[in-house]
Amino acid sequence: MHQTTSTASHPRGSLELVRRFFANVPLLAWFCGALVAVILERAVGLSMAQSLGMPRIPVLFGFLVFLKQPALIPGALGYVLLMNILPICITAKIGAPVFNLVSRILYKMPLVVTALVHLAVLYAVFHFWADVNAYRMIMLKMMLISILLTLSLNVINGYMGEFSCSHPGFMALGAYAASLFTVGLFVNDQLFGPAMMTSDYAVVFFPLGLFFTGLVSALGALVIAIPSFKTRGDYLAIISLAFTFIIKSVLENLEFLGGPRGLSGQPDWSSLPMVFIIVVFGVWVINNFVTSTMGKALNAVRDDEIAAEAMTVDTRKTKIIAFMFAAFWAGVAGGLFAHVLRFVNPSTFGIQKLAEVLAMVYFGGLNSVYGSIVGAVSISLLGEALRPLEILKWIIIPLLLILVMIFRPRGLISFKEFNIHNLLKPRG
Amino acid sequence: MPLLEVSNMSHNFGGLRAVNEYNLAIEPGQIVGLIGPNGAGKTTVFNLITGIYRPTEGRIVFNGQDVTGHAPNRIASLGLARTFQEMRLWRHMTVLEHVKMACYSKFTYGLAGAFLQTPKRIREEAEVEELAFASLKMFGVEQFASHWPTDLPYGAARRVEMARAAVTKPKLLFLDEPTVGMTPEEMLAMIEVVRKMHETLKPAVFLIEHRLKVVSELCHRVQTLVFGQVIAEGTPEEIQNNPKVIEAYLGEEKVVA
Ligand SMILES: Nc1ncnc2c1ncn2[C@@H]1O[C@H](COP(=O)(O)OP(=O)(O)OP(=O)(O)O)[C@@H](O)[C@H]1O
Ligand SMILES: [Mg+2]
Repeated sequence: MHQTTSTASHPRGSLELVRRFFANVPLLAWFCGALVAVILERAVGLSMAQSLGMPRIPVLFGFLVFLKQPALIPGALGYVLLMNILPICITAKIGAPVFNLVSRILYKMPLVVTALVHLAVLYAVFHFWADVNAYRMIMLKMMLISILLTLSLNVINGYMGEFSCSHPGFMALGAYAASLFTVGLFVNDQLFGPAMMTSDYAVVFFPLGLFFTGLVSALGALVIAIPSFKTRGDYLAIISLAFTFIIKSVLENLEFLGGPRGLSGQPDWSSLPMVFIIVVFGVWVINNFVTSTMGKALNAVRDDEIAAEAMTVDTRKTKIIAFMFAAFWAGVAGGLFAHVLRFVNPSTFGIQKLAEVLAMVYFGGLNSVYGSIVGAVSISLLGEALRPLEILKWIIIPLLLILVMIFRPRGLISFKEFNIHNLLKPRG
Repeated sequence: MPLLEVSNMSHNFGGLRAVNEYNLAIEPGQIVGLIGPNGAGKTTVFNLITGIYRPTEGRIVFNGQDVTGHAPNRIASLGLARTFQEMRLWRHMTVLEHVKMACYSKFTYGLAGAFLQTPKRIREEAEVEELAFASLKMFGVEQFASHWPTDLPYGAARRVEMARAAVTKPKLLFLDEPTVGMTPEEMLAMIEVVRKMHETLKPAVFLIEHRLKVVSELCHRVQTLVFGQVIAEGTPEEIQNNPKVIEAYLGEEKVVA
């Protein structure tokens, strides 16, 4: 809180100058700037890329060429500057007075309206950006899904302060439950026979199916929660790790689910709007929970359990509910995930997935919605950029994580409350 | 019928008999003090009655209900609030959130309200926020509402703990050494704060203190505990002049202040 005031009166280097320069730019202007940039890219992106010596548009802000084709780095950097950074910054800064005017009008309306307008612009940005090629589309969907996954794990490992390793297990439950639902009912499949229902109402059935998917995961969570939260102590880490391994090996041995080969043929129902809406809704619900006094009870239990109990908090019930709630969203994320890849197999949900989601939580920051978003996005991007290194990637990411832990033990943006009013307010 | 009745309560920590055959009755609205040298078992008595420890023997009846061995949160929900000698504030919660948290069992919005912004949730959170502010005001710390506990001056932190305990208008309030570590001026101010709170909310109060000044200013009745045993009980004057009490405190300076 006091940090903002002290930095405002004490400019710290060039970063602070940049911050001041853009201080009057509201969020809406940034989103609209991004929209201008992605539309511009559609119009002139390819010719710009070619004139900079690249065969096609760099798919991920040049991240991918860094290791694969170092010769293209200058071109990619130039492209990012000309097609992404400059259009966004120029639109945002020059348009700031206009966007502030619009923001002021929006700000007077109910918060829902303001938030929806912002989200609509954001969605348009995603749409135009990802429309360029299939790689971007999958990458973006996976990134959105990992936000949901990270934030739900943050509820347990951050807000509640326990250490859970069961997220891959919950995700697997969700992925398989959702696949069973869609492949079993809506698809002609050799495992489950002909379709029983038409997929005309996918927009209704899919979210409904995901809801039940989440409930399946939540029930799985109950199996862990009951023994783990019976007594004080650190049983959760070990029990939840066992859970992940058990789920994985059970799935490997269930022939009717495809065994180790897995399940495929999921319908293409994780469309971008579907993923976007469900992830946004999930983030909203989780944020509602952690800002309610019921959810704050998790912090109280974590910081001092005896005091929490003396203030009437039912610590066991609180922990069990939060744990099931987190599992619910991990299951939903798993269901979405299965329908992006349109293929699942048990080995996806092993120790590597666990490392990935833990990295996202601890890198981004404990006890923070912003942190989980930052963590999920940055580890996703980094993972893509380091992909050519294959297994070395799993040495570099943990090393990076260790560095973060040394300098910021709780992650980049920890213990910061998501403040929607502050985010959407006009700035001048 | 007394509000709180403890009969023949004993507690062992391994081989140590921390509390022995302890009896207590507190009437509604009464202020009772508990004094005794360091390690006498005073805090243990608090922890036993509030459910943190389960007594080895004995019976605790609060508000007509046998609560022996009940979980602390259940006992607290019946209207027994407390503060802690070592001050247990939550590191990552603001002062206002502390006080709101104490109203945990008053919320009725359920899971729907916790997950969605239901009108009921919005209304209840706002109502509780108002209660919390009123409680902070009563203890003179409303200006710290948005602070973190680590940023609080010592005396303010103690008051925040009391505001948190008192916000639900408990029938019975346990205060564990509310003036420990305070200067004489701070102590006098604290006496006034407790007195004002008692006049407004009229709870019964059970108070652990080392300073006789606090006890004689506030308490209707005082118990003296030595080695887990009550050696004397009576009005503050009676206790101060009781030879057994004087002997137990011999050489202890705290009692004079
Ligand atoms: N959890 C525990 N386990 C073992 N022994 C304990 C425990 N808590 C307290 N004791 C012991 O019980 C005795 C009574 O301790 P208690 O804290 O109740 O004393 P007190 O009267 O509150 O003292 P003080 O004035 O220092 O606060 C002491 O000998 C203490 O060491
Ligand atoms: Mg004590």
